[in-house]
Amino acid sequence: MSGHDTSEHGPAARVKALEQLLVEKGLVDPARLDAIVDSYENKVGPRNGARVVARAWADAGFRKRLLMDAVAACAELGIAGPEGGHLVAIENTTRIHNLVVCTLCSCYPWPVLGLPPAWYKSFAYRSRAVSDPRGVLREFGVELADDVEIRVWDSSAEQRYIVLPERPAGTAKMSEEQLAELVTRDSMIGVARVAAPGKSR
Amino acid sequence: MDGIHDMGGMEGFGRVQPDVDEVPFHADWERRVFALVNGVLTLTGVNIDEFRHAIERIPPARYLTTSYYERWLLAAETLLVERGIVSGEELKSLAQPELMSVALPAVSPKAVAAKARLHSRFKAGDRVRVRGIHPLGHTRSPRYVRGKTGVVRRLRGIYVLPDTNAHRAGEHRQHVYLVEFSARELWGRKDREGLMIDLWEDYLERVERSNTVSRKRNSVAARPKLHAKKPRTVLSAKARSKRKLSRSKRPWSPKRTD
Repeated sequence: MSGHDTSEHGPAARVKALEQLLVEKGLVDPARLDAIVDSYENKVGPRNGARVVARAWADAGFRKRLLMDAVAACAELGIAGPEGGHLVAIENTTRIHNLVVCTLCSCYPWPVLGLPPAWYKSFAYRSRAVSDPRGVLREFGVELADDVEIRVWDSSAEQRYIVLPERPAGTAKMSEEQLAELVTRDSMIGVARVAAPGKSR
Repeated sequence: MDGIHDMGGMEGFGRVQPDVDEVPFHADWERRVFALVNGVLTLTGVNIDEFRHAIERIPPARYLTTSYYERWLLAAETLLVERGIVSGEELKSLAQPELMSVALPAVSPKAVAAKARLHSRFKAGDRVRVRGIHPLGHTRSPRYVRGKTGVVRRLRGIYVLPDTNAHRAGEHRQHVYLVEFSARELWGRKDREGLMIDLWEDYLERVERSNTVSRKRNSVAARPKLHAKKPRTVLSAKARSKRKLSRSKRPWSPKRTD
């Protein structure tokens, strides 16, 4: 459902009408709307989260602060904003794999990951991530050993979660910038692992 | 509200289809809806809980056949009309909104407590059960955890209660707890899976320990004076009956508070 509806009564026509009405009433400034769109399309996105993860991998002190208080740690990197005021970082280990979902709507940590991808908002993911996380992970190509415990985090309240994935082997000499390049959006939601450099996941 | 939005644990929606692109919007109208909701609804004083509840009020068949941002649009139209910011006629003259199908009356639960309860009823390690209630209005207590027993892992702090805030029936600030549930408890499976979820205090009730060993231990600890200075033999019939009497007064079995 990507929603390319351009029919007369479709959402495209309705939202155009609504915006027009609100502009006429002086309630909305189109330039302000443009700025909001520009921000989430071009400035806020998963590269922010990747910077956070890379810093946590490279700096043990930062990692500790991130796990203690993710809001304060992200502020150190100048990252803040709506849906990020109660950010919590959860760490993957060799024994525990974390997976984030919002079963009731599609809550998501905007400041570190941007706006959620279509699959995160899909009924399939929202319904099955809690009851069949291993099966869902398999659909993303992630096969976990039986002894790895999965922890599913349902974002039912104000807390927003970012997964701190495991640092892959063979990255000891990489710079923070190079490390950030390895980190994918999906690995920070928990539906992927970070692949070692030069390998696909 | 046990609406279609409460999807955790449902079956039948098929496989997850991962998308490779990372674009936040797939059409220009999605951009405008996102911006309108962020720019306007905040200015008009609609809180996040009211907005979520407006989405939840979309009839199930419609909910399932609309895209994510179309549901935002339906909610925005409904709230703007309900707030009297635009009239249904004004909107209809320009487009064909489905206001009649979404503008269901909002339920207004009665205020449950006048004063905020700021001390926490539970602490980390406490066993709690999610109350088996089915609120008619907005709630953030998903169906799949109701009636299930979990363990409090962390206190999240004090937050506004969505159930009343969504209906402008008061903030009812209270503690939110991170609660862990096992896959066995939720789904009857032995898999190595656990669920972590944040729940408001009003959603939870205490689960008393039912096994006799911990009961004994608790009752001894609760009466240090009885045991402290007396030799074992003195704790005979008199002490035992005293103990029995006071025990019978204790609410060992879980009390229903709802």
